[in-house]
Amino acid sequence: MRHGIVPAPIAGLPWRLILLLLSLTFFGSLVLYSAAGGSVQPWAGKHVTRFLVFLAMAIVMSRFPLSFWKTVTFPIYGILVILLIVVEAIGFVGGGSQRWINLGFMNLQPSELMKPAVVLAVAWFFDRLPPSKITSFDAVWPVALILGLPWIMVALQPDLGTSIAILFGGVVVAFLAGWPLRYFVGAGGALLMLIPVGYFFLLEPYQQNRVTTFLDPESDPLGTGYHISQSKIAIGSGGLTGKGFLDGTQSHLDYLPEGHTDFVFATMAEEWGMIGGLGVLFGFFLLLRWGLNVSMKSRSRYGQLVAAGLTCTIFFYVVVNLMMVMGLAPVVGIPLPFLSHGGSSMLTIMICVGIIMSVERHPGTRIGAFG
Amino acid sequence: MKNNRTINSAQQTFTFTRRTMFIGGVQAAFGLVLAGRMSYIAVAENEKYQLLSESNRVNLTLIPPRRGWFIDRTGKPIAINRADFRVDIIPDRMVDKEKTVATLAELLRLTPDEIERVNRELKQARGFQPIQVKDGLDYESFARINVRLPDLPGVSPRQGFSRYYPSGAAVGHLIGYVGAVSAEEYAEKKDPLLITPGFKIGKDALEKYFEPRLQGKPGAKRVEVTARGKIIRDLETRRDVPGKPLKLTIDIDLHNYAARRLGRESGSVVVIDCLTGDLLTLASMPSFDPNSFSDGIGVSEYKWLRENDHVPLRNKTLSGLYPPGSTIKPMVAMSFLDAGLDPDETAFCGGGLRVGDRIFHCWNRRGHGTVNMARAIYQSCDVYFYKFAQRMGMDVIAAMARRTGLGQKFPLEVSSQFYGTVPTPAWKLKKYGKKWTVADTVNSTIGQGYVLSNPLQLAIMAARLATGKKLSPHLLFDKKRKPAPSLGFTQEHIDYVRQAMSDVVNGPGTAGRARLPIPDVKLAGKTGTAQVVGLEKGRGGRGVPWKYRDHGLFICFAPFDKPRYAAAVVIEHGSGSSAAYPIARDVMTFLFDREKAMAALAGYEAGWGGNIEQRMARDLAAFRARAEAPTPADSKAADEAEEG
Repeated sequence: MRHGIVPAPIAGLPWRLILLLLSLTFFGSLVLYSAAGGSVQPWAGKHVTRFLVFLAMAIVMSRFPLSFWKTVTFPIYGILVILLIVVEAIGFVGGGSQRWINLGFMNLQPSELMKPAVVLAVAWFFDRLPPSKITSFDAVWPVALILGLPWIMVALQPDLGTSIAILFGGVVVAFLAGWPLRYFVGAGGALLMLIPVGYFFLLEPYQQNRVTTFLDPESDPLGTGYHISQSKIAIGSGGLTGKGFLDGTQSHLDYLPEGHTDFVFATMAEEWGMIGGLGVLFGFFLLLRWGLNVSMKSRSRYGQLVAAGLTCTIFFYVVVNLMMVMGLAPVVGIPLPFLSHGGSSMLTIMICVGIIMSVERHPGTRIGAFG
Repeated sequence: MKNNRTINSAQQTFTFTRRTMFIGGVQAAFGLVLAGRMSYIAVAENEKYQLLSESNRVNLTLIPPRRGWFIDRTGKPIAINRADFRVDIIPDRMVDKEKTVATLAELLRLTPDEIERVNRELKQARGFQPIQVKDGLDYESFARINVRLPDLPGVSPRQGFSRYYPSGAAVGHLIGYVGAVSAEEYAEKKDPLLITPGFKIGKDALEKYFEPRLQGKPGAKRVEVTARGKIIRDLETRRDVPGKPLKLTIDIDLHNYAARRLGRESGSVVVIDCLTGDLLTLASMPSFDPNSFSDGIGVSEYKWLRENDHVPLRNKTLSGLYPPGSTIKPMVAMSFLDAGLDPDETAFCGGGLRVGDRIFHCWNRRGHGTVNMARAIYQSCDVYFYKFAQRMGMDVIAAMARRTGLGQKFPLEVSSQFYGTVPTPAWKLKKYGKKWTVADTVNSTIGQGYVLSNPLQLAIMAARLATGKKLSPHLLFDKKRKPAPSLGFTQEHIDYVRQAMSDVVNGPGTAGRARLPIPDVKLAGKTGTAQVVGLEKGRGGRGVPWKYRDHGLFICFAPFDKPRYAAAVVIEHGSGSSAAYPIARDVMTFLFDREKAMAALAGYEAGWGGNIEQRMARDLAAFRARAEAPTPADSKAADEAEEG
């Protein structure tokens, strides 16, 4: 506790984290301001407002004890699975693929919320699983069920990026919970062999296209390779210090597509250069380090697994987006947290942050395996 | 199954911590890779991407250089550039070609002919080659297109210059025309200027010959554009350097007058300055309008030109070859004089002469009686020449023919000239493997048989006979022209021929109606009638179909005693020289008294139904109407279809 000038509830907030998130978001809104041609409308203003609302939400979430999260884990998970089915049904009736439900004030994308929900559900399962059972088949099939259900729904949409993110969150939790290493080695080997099969039989043509383009962007510079080429041009032409605020040409002259959403990092790097890029990377480093620290300091198994799993979910967003923007991964529609404009993804990220904050506030006592 | 390793929660926490640290490490590794990648792109590859970014942003457009003008000897414009608005399409950038063309057709009110041409060129075009939709637009049409531009990808409205020939069809053959670069021409040079919309190169005649000199240097404009091609702002503009103007020897007023005076005939007029050899006129009619060729000619207009039996696509002054007929008689006479024949020696013309086993007739079946050289010229007596040609021999005549320019190719700045034939025994043996006969000599001496020449050569022949100087034709104006060398005729011989040729017009000769209506200027000339088919089919007069009628020819110079100008007029199927010499008379009159000449022309044109432009427009409209009119069978079929 610092000096008594500030009331305890406010002084007790994790200010360092809030400051970090505020800096990232504020920087993001500067980029969005520039991407709109030097205008608060239509993105920058909304971006900050939304963040402040979600930050308040996260702070409220941090007040709930872990027992609350345990209680609501499965109801939430169940509701989201039903919503996924509804979305799929709407899409089927509408004759196209739809991923969201219009709530009036925003488009809710259930598959987005499924990412933290899956982490909670898998952590909940491992929390209940007796340690001695961790190597048995009993530790496998429930996880497979929890992950498989939403994965199939999302993969059907089809949304490659999100479906991988859902798997990723759940598998990371299982890994941390102590699944035998041979599972991962074996799965890794099988995956390597399955990649060609999957590529040819499971992916839609446009998804195949994205993968081949990623491997050779110049093969189709005006088609699907266009995004990656233009993104690299934006980042590369920014140089060390960038072209200057509001002076980006790639974004302002519309060469860079999706410059305010998935490719916001390229918009930023063009104007702020490598300095800006490394700054953003450092910001995410601090955020992720905080998340993993929270999980390691937590004394409850549920808290440990949830905090680490959610941190990895955030990591997945960041790393896949940045790799895509820099031409190291295929184009998958995954936004960059705190910088990209978009409600659903920010909501998801702030839910993750809120729950990790809750874990931080409630480290709990060591709970025995038979407690 | 019994597990010998029991795992308790302490162990599990240990595993968790270890694995979390491992994951932290993996995350840090990814972070480092990303930081490294970022630095590599932004710093190591910065130059490359900066270049790419610039080439995205900056669009360099070449500004086609204005072509050099053609001006006549007095500085009057023959070919100039007019500022205009233009609309091009670039096939590569078009999305829905059919729809775009349809929209353009509506906005620009294109005729079916123009739409047909655009579609045809669109089919043939390679992606990079711009196609002109229309030029010479008024500002309103130009603005209409600009407003609709966002819905018309690939459409490029521009402000530029287009070639304009004030004289229209009159200079079609002389100057040629310009046109967009073809795919083959581009493949050869790969110069981006060539495919810049609005850039045109010379496609024919002088426009083609002087291409390098006329072209000029392109300007350039750097503009900032968006990904959709919208121009944000101009960055930098370098003006074009126009091509240098070319001053021709042509007197454009005279040339236009000659072209108009040719009227509805198919023929040509060549006028030469007897002091320098400058070509004052090279008129060939009917012709095409180089203005419509330069805009990209429509199918029906091209078909109309191609199907015309008066061959408007051939430059008759250089590529039309005709038997010169009696117009070579003064030249033959000069060869006799030069070879020592006494001009007072006579022949008796009884209407024909037996040569070998054949009788060769004089054009005048009643005969000329006793004929000396002068009379043989001004009365155009064939028998005189039949007789003395046999004595003097073909080689004497052929040598003089070449000396005076027949069969010669001149160093002119033109893409093609046909130079005809001056037959000799050696030539015949080589070409046909047959021996030369006396009949061949007799035929040649009256400009029939194997002798062929173009109108330019006839004019040169007239000028050389008139002056005794070896004048060469020129098209490029040059103030410091060297005087032509002498041909070595004696003044006495020259005067003799001049007087005889003057008598053709001013004496008891064959072309009394060619007398100039100017008191102190006397015209000297020689008529000629060239048979197109053998005499056995009858005289090629007005009673036979047009294409069997005789060609009418006339060569002349004036003033007869101090030649200043020489000319040749050839009228295809004009039924004799009477179709040619009135034209020569009026053209020569124009040189000395414009008003008198113009007054005469006004009368003629009233009878012909207007000037060249008016007549061509009417003919083309009639041709199109004929082409579109359904045949009776068609309309019957249509009626039946409607009933069914």
